[in-house]
Amino acid sequence: MPIIEFLIFFPFLAAIVLMFMKEPTGKRAAFATCCSIAIMAVCIVLAVEVWGGMTLPGAEGSANVFLVDPELFNLLITAGEAFLMCLVIYYGIRYRKYYVILLSAGQTIPVLWLDLTGKTSAAAAGQTYLRIDNLTVMMCLIVGIVGGLICIYANGYIKDYHNHHTEFPKRSNWFMAMLFVFLGAMFGLLFSDNLGWLYFFWEITSICSFLLIGYNKLPVSINNSFRALWMNLLGGCGFAAAILYLVLNLNIISLSQLLTFSGEKEIVLIPVILLAFAALTKSAQMPFNGWLLGAMVAPTPTSALLHSATMVKAGVYLLIRLAPLMSGTLAGLMVTTVGGFTFFAASLIAITRSDGKGVLAYSTISNLGLIAACAGIGLPESVWAGTMLILFHAVSKSLMFLTVGAVENATGSRNIEDMTGLVVRMPKMAAAMIIGICGMSLAPFGMLVAKWAALKSFVDARNVLMILFLAFGSASTTFYWVKWLGKLFAVVHHQDPLPDTVHRGEWAAIIPLSALVVAMMFLFPVISQYVIIPVLAQMFGEKISSVISQGDMAIMIVMLVMIAVLPIALRLVNKIRQDAKDKETLVYMNGANSGDDRHFINSLGEQESDSMSNWYMANWFSAEKIMKPCLAISSFMIILFLIWAITGGAI
Amino acid sequence: MNAYILGAVFIVAAPLLGGLLSGLDRVFAARMQGRQGPPVVQPFYDLSKLFQKRANIVNRYQALLVFGHLVFAAFTAFMIFSGGDILLTLFCLTLSEVFLCMTASSANGPYSSMSSQRELMQIMCVEPMLLLMAIGYYLATGSFMISDFLKADTPAIVKMPGFFVGFLVILIVELRKSPFDISSSHHAHQEMVKGITTDISGNIMGMSELAEWYEVAIMFAFSGLFFIDRHPISILFVVLAALAVFFFENLVDNVFPRVKWEIMFRVCWGVSFVAGGANLFFLLMMQK
Repeated sequence: MPIIEFLIFFPFLAAIVLMFMKEPTGKRAAFATCCSIAIMAVCIVLAVEVWGGMTLPGAEGSANVFLVDPELFNLLITAGEAFLMCLVIYYGIRYRKYYVILLSAGQTIPVLWLDLTGKTSAAAAGQTYLRIDNLTVMMCLIVGIVGGLICIYANGYIKDYHNHHTEFPKRSNWFMAMLFVFLGAMFGLLFSDNLGWLYFFWEITSICSFLLIGYNKLPVSINNSFRALWMNLLGGCGFAAAILYLVLNLNIISLSQLLTFSGEKEIVLIPVILLAFAALTKSAQMPFNGWLLGAMVAPTPTSALLHSATMVKAGVYLLIRLAPLMSGTLAGLMVTTVGGFTFFAASLIAITRSDGKGVLAYSTISNLGLIAACAGIGLPESVWAGTMLILFHAVSKSLMFLTVGAVENATGSRNIEDMTGLVVRMPKMAAAMIIGICGMSLAPFGMLVAKWAALKSFVDARNVLMILFLAFGSASTTFYWVKWLGKLFAVVHHQDPLPDTVHRGEWAAIIPLSALVVAMMFLFPVISQYVIIPVLAQMFGEKISSVISQGDMAIMIVMLVMIAVLPIALRLVNKIRQDAKDKETLVYMNGANSGDDRHFINSLGEQESDSMSNWYMANWFSAEKIMKPCLAISSFMIILFLIWAITGGAI
Repeated sequence: MNAYILGAVFIVAAPLLGGLLSGLDRVFAARMQGRQGPPVVQPFYDLSKLFQKRANIVNRYQALLVFGHLVFAAFTAFMIFSGGDILLTLFCLTLSEVFLCMTASSANGPYSSMSSQRELMQIMCVEPMLLLMAIGYYLATGSFMISDFLKADTPAIVKMPGFFVGFLVILIVELRKSPFDISSSHHAHQEMVKGITTDISGNIMGMSELAEWYEVAIMFAFSGLFFIDRHPISILFVVLAALAVFFFENLVDNVFPRVKWEIMFRVCWGVSFVAGGANLFFLLMMQK
């Protein structure tokens, strides 16, 4: 079964080759594109095989098991862990951030001790190291396709980026290599069943994101990258502690052993809550949201990758895996409460941001909060909603990031206020952005379906707090997305389209992603039936019907079709209302319009200009105002739940 | 099948109802101010006149966006009366309102633009309460389907008094009535001129007017859902309740002056949280 090995090792090999291709030549772009396409193709082959009912020797149920005797890999991974620790120590000393050394050593040394004393391999005897089931395949498709497209986009982007910013050191070979390392680590993380292996790949993503965020080597990037590092290392400490606890107390080392644990859920509560803690840091939940916001200083492909397909998705992937163990326990309560709170608070702060990437960052944090909350509830229908959210969020959010990045390269600004009239100035780009925004926020497109299911599951779980968070949070979510949408539509009189300077590589990613978002909107009943429901069946061992009824799905499709035929229907209506008689006019300004809609004559007969900006409610919800209390509340919740669980409390 | 026919019938009936209510509205306001006022059917005259007029357009997106607004307002009405899922109905309504906001945003004039933002603020003010109301129905009747609300033994209001109070407050916003008519008013001499429809005219304005009638009908349908159950007599209560709600909304409209958006936001979210949240909590407690 070479597919798994290919997906884990090939990106690393590609990264090594890319390291040696220093100049951003067409040859390098072609190589990186080919590698991305290969990864995407293999992911699709894997999906087809697994969905087609592939079974392998040693398979139990529908889950497939590989690599029964992997001593060599164990050695490699032990060495890799030591190497990662050395890397952190090196950077810690070089930039005088000694606390990261403490955090790294504090988690790596105990894990190494377990490995070297043979305790891990003793626990792992007869256990699987790698495993595939439908959830893995779904995540692989996200990482492979979305991640692959981002790598293709990065080719063109990073070239433009260095043309615009000549002050930064040119290390684009290193940048491209890191993106591929990231993909390899994500695949490793998804396929690992052995927690030691999972932890190793988990650490690679932490350190890789640290390196990517610090790419510019500006003081602010270095600061932000260390923030990302210490927060993720703190999560890693939780992960390592969970492994220690599991191996020493319960002789468990694989995720599947943990998930099929036959005793009371309370016995595994401590490791589960520690793993959940690690996952919350990785998916940037409050109070650990700071690192993801800081990641915006990096070039756009980094943010796109961290926000949509990889990094943060690793966190929620682990939470979804743990969902059955969390339901109804303190761990679940912690994840649900923190996630729900983050969803609400981040959506409020997003209102106050005018920087496009800033809105996207808060929206990511907010949506991940909702996914975490769904996982924490741990009922089949909430996991359905959470998985659906992961899928739609990955695709729509990466599309949004790539379009914002492309607009920034073309116009020199990523501020939403500067996107006024994009439907006229960059019609194709605006169309992609409109698809992205609708996919993120409006019925009947994508994300809203999942939010709807989430709402239903919170009601069925009888969780008053979550219902309130979702009701109020979704109102503010609509507000910040739609006011962005309004800016795109705000036509400035007689404006001409900008010359199309968008790099071909950027289009090569944006067009397929837009198509994918649209396709997924139409195909979501199929996705639910053939992708999500089998995941749930494996997770909960029972047949689960769709959360959204057939009738409702049909109506949503009808709505989509209505939107699609709206322009055609309009032609008919225009004929009836005789649009030939329409007269072009200027907007009303309550004063003489000087003829361009942007100036008017005031009462003294002087010409004055006017400009309209969006509403940001900065004196209500700005980060400066509410971030500190939010961090305090969420930290308090996490500490409270951790102490409660570790001192042996039960609900 | 019958449900769909009823829904289709209502696509025609809803604007009649909405237009009538809007006419009553004007008579009512006039009488309160000691005037005679126009005849009840005046809005229909106005509409037919609008449809005969040429449109002055600011850009080529206006017709499309207003048409989208109208189509989805009509579809929302269809879904309610064909007994569809109430959550989906609300999403569809939001979509329709977003189309209207986009129309105003696209005009990009000072009044249109500002009103579009204010309208979005209004949507943000009402959405939590509408969602909570839908959840309230689910907890009270065991289903999100409007067709199932009609099979209940007792009207939902018995279990949902808090939701009803919250609904009455946000209804003022939805109907764009004073004190919460911050995005648009029915009188073109106020601070925002004609608000969100400032730069819409002629037959396109006609479409937007028609869509507003749908919205009015939809809102009164929502108020009726609080009172309906499986007994035919409940239809009488629905009508009485609609009249009472209508009276209340107009009274408020005529008594209170417009407030700033901050107050609207506080009142709406505050009432939604307290009345809706408390009612929700008790419903969940009762069923545990």
